[in-house]
Amino acid sequence: MITVENLTKRYGQFTAVDDISFEVQPGSVVGFLGPNGAGKSTAMRMMTGLTPPTSGRSTILGRDYHALPNPARHVGVMLDAAAQHPGRTGKEVLHLVGMTIGAPKSRVDQAMDMVGLTPAEAKRRVRNYSLGMRQRLGLAGALMGDPQVLILDEPANGLDPQGIHWMRQLLRAYADQGGTVLLSSHLLHEVQIIADELVMIGRGRIVAQGSKAELLGAGGTRVHSLDNDALANALQAKGFEVSGDRSGILVQASPEEVGRAALDAQIVLTELHTAGSEGLEQLFLSLTAADSREPQAA
Amino acid sequence: MTAVLDRETAHPTHERPALGEVKGIPFTRLVRVELRKMTDTRAGRWMLIVMAAISLLVVSINLIWGSNADQTFGTFLGLTSFPLMILLPIVGIMAATAEWSQRTGLVTFTLEPRRGRVLAAKNVAGVLLGLGVIAAAFVAAALAQLLAVWFNGVDADWSMPWKVVLGFVVAMTVFVIQGLAFGFALLITPLAIVASILLPTIWSIVAGISERLNSIGAWLDLNRTVEPLMSGTMTGEQWAHLGTSSLVWIGIPMLIGAWRVLTREVK
Repeated sequence: MITVENLTKRYGQFTAVDDISFEVQPGSVVGFLGPNGAGKSTAMRMMTGLTPPTSGRSTILGRDYHALPNPARHVGVMLDAAAQHPGRTGKEVLHLVGMTIGAPKSRVDQAMDMVGLTPAEAKRRVRNYSLGMRQRLGLAGALMGDPQVLILDEPANGLDPQGIHWMRQLLRAYADQGGTVLLSSHLLHEVQIIADELVMIGRGRIVAQGSKAELLGAGGTRVHSLDNDALANALQAKGFEVSGDRSGILVQASPEEVGRAALDAQIVLTELHTAGSEGLEQLFLSLTAADSREPQAA
Repeated sequence: MTAVLDRETAHPTHERPALGEVKGIPFTRLVRVELRKMTDTRAGRWMLIVMAAISLLVVSINLIWGSNADQTFGTFLGLTSFPLMILLPIVGIMAATAEWSQRTGLVTFTLEPRRGRVLAAKNVAGVLLGLGVIAAAFVAAALAQLLAVWFNGVDADWSMPWKVVLGFVVAMTVFVIQGLAFGFALLITPLAIVASILLPTIWSIVAGISERLNSIGAWLDLNRTVEPLMSGTMTGEQWAHLGTSSLVWIGIPMLIGAWRVLTREVK
């Protein structure tokens, strides 16, 4: 269980994190989304005691991070998988973690097994690791203490599709067993599949938060049929907002409502689904457009 | 330890210890981890091996080219102090700054958020490593003495008053701690090393400029104030000199370093 209350961080005039508050319940995965420089990493560093907050507080399992004796046994943290001495072997890195937290020696092999690092890879020095291997090593380090809570900053960074699939499975299973996961990411599609709740942050402030269903339901329904014009008319007649573009019709209604409208109008549907991923991407882009780095279209 | 996370089924496979049951990390374990961190990389290990080897080099030079009168254990040991005065601070500096040069602080300080304990553990580990290098110097000196007996035909002279032995060890340890202090204060390895090496040079220059500066140097030049320690002849006034120079070159940087480490943002 993680709680964040009015957490703020200012560097002189610049406000990196501006009064953010949210909660992560046990058994759920919360995706922390935001463009580059939105304040996600800063917020996570404040939650783990690495950066002192200007105001506000955060607790993990009801306590301030500093008040947790041997925190790794309760909270697994991975903030930057690249922050390792390149001259150490993967096994040595995990061994150091295990030694510090008092885990049995067998835990190193268990953790490597969990993240899919082979014994041969474990003996290589970190400088010879691929990006994906470093991420796996970082995750193994977070899992060493068998914690109830995971705080991961961009865990899917640099992973290939297979790696992302594996991580998704791992974190989903972890949450289903009662664990709490807070992960930050840019990868909207991946976060969408794995997270239950989303917290979107832009320029240090929370711009949207809520369960996936709430945030994505607002995206509407995409539908394609054998007679799109007739369908559009039928839907508008029922009072639904309809917009058309190249990939079909977007209706501000639930799939059920669209289906019924099509049934009433005797129109054959060829595609019917929530605007899901595009909805989230649109939401993300629109809410953070003001803070984006892209040149504004004239 | 309880069973592994079961990926196949969705059933909870084990219970975790309650928050109150898990104890903090014992200090000795923190020290052991720090010691291991300093020696588990090739760079770390070779640095220590090279330092030990330099002691051997220095005594070999005396063995081969020194006069017979100088081939005593005490002389051999005394000679090792010259390279050690420069190298031991580096041991201290590396112990202090390694965390920051590799950004591993992100891991270290999430595993133990009470940074004061980590700071103390690094200090203890640094001193222990320094003692290891000092022990290597003793071994090198002893080896040289034996070789001098066998090859140069001199009589072994193991006489070294315990005050001198202790003084030597304490003086060398002071240099390790000075390195630690500089390392923590500056947190940038090359900067701290350069500062530590330049310090005696600057003092020699300063002391040479005027008589007044020279007498100030008697109080503040760490290299000078440890000399009586190594010859085992510390008077009360000389302890005062040592205390003052230690305060300035160790105490103050250590305080600055502690403040920096405890409050600095770790990125």
